[in-house]
Amino acid sequence: MILTNIESVPGKNIMEHFGLVSGSTVRAKHLGRDLMASLKNLVGGELKGYTELLQESRDEATNRMIDQARHLGANAVINVRFATSSVAQGASELYVYGTAVRVE
Amino acid sequence: MELLSLLFFLGLGYIVGTIAEKRHYRSIETRERQYLSLPAVTIKNIDHQGAKIESVALVQGSAVISVDYFKRMLAGLRNIFGGRVKSYETLLDRARREATLRMKKQALFSDIVLNMRVETSAIGKSANRKKSIGSIEALVYGTAITYRK
Repeated sequence: MILTNIESVPGKNIMEHFGLVSGSTVRAKHLGRDLMASLKNLVGGELKGYTELLQESRDEATNRMIDQARHLGANAVINVRFATSSVAQGASELYVYGTAVRVE
Repeated sequence: MELLSLLFFLGLGYIVGTIAEKRHYRSIETRERQYLSLPAVTIKNIDHQGAKIESVALVQGSAVISVDYFKRMLAGLRNIFGGRVKSYETLLDRARREATLRMKKQALFSDIVLNMRVETSAIGKSANRKKSIGSIEALVYGTAITYRK
């Protein structure tokens, strides 16, 4: 599956459009990570636990989008966008969307 | 006693935070020099000058960075007088540059990254509290193009 965030797949021609595909996941962090993060908040710096958590969640959302696209018979998703929103305290939603196409 | 612990946290935040930030900036600068040959641009369509395209892939990088206790206090004071909040400027700058570097690391064997997008969001506990930013996430993504050699 080819993913791009531009309107085409360079070097290939788009043969067919399948419309919007999207994937999302809502994740909360577990207590241990939260505790570590609040300690880290004192001295500042990177919160590795959060970075990993968000990256994992984003990968999962992307995989869901890819599954959907594959189901439609597409072999590429173009114009992929990421969106993040915090739903509640300590939980955030990662949303990925794009246009499924078939390229040759 | 309370004042003492407050001062302790302030001091700890200041000393450790400053050292960590300096070290982070040094590592960012060395890595930025390493990746100079891989341009990341915000334009979508470029002239490939007849080069054959080997592969196209979505690359991304992200970083969650938080400010230290001292700087958060400082920013709180700034809220009274208004003006430039330098401590948060460096926070955002660090997060974005780190995320960009991580994206470039993913695109290491590519020739160019097109349509680079930067997205920032406040996360964590303080996301809902209006006054303090606390920690922020920077996400950078783009389309990496590799030419056939």
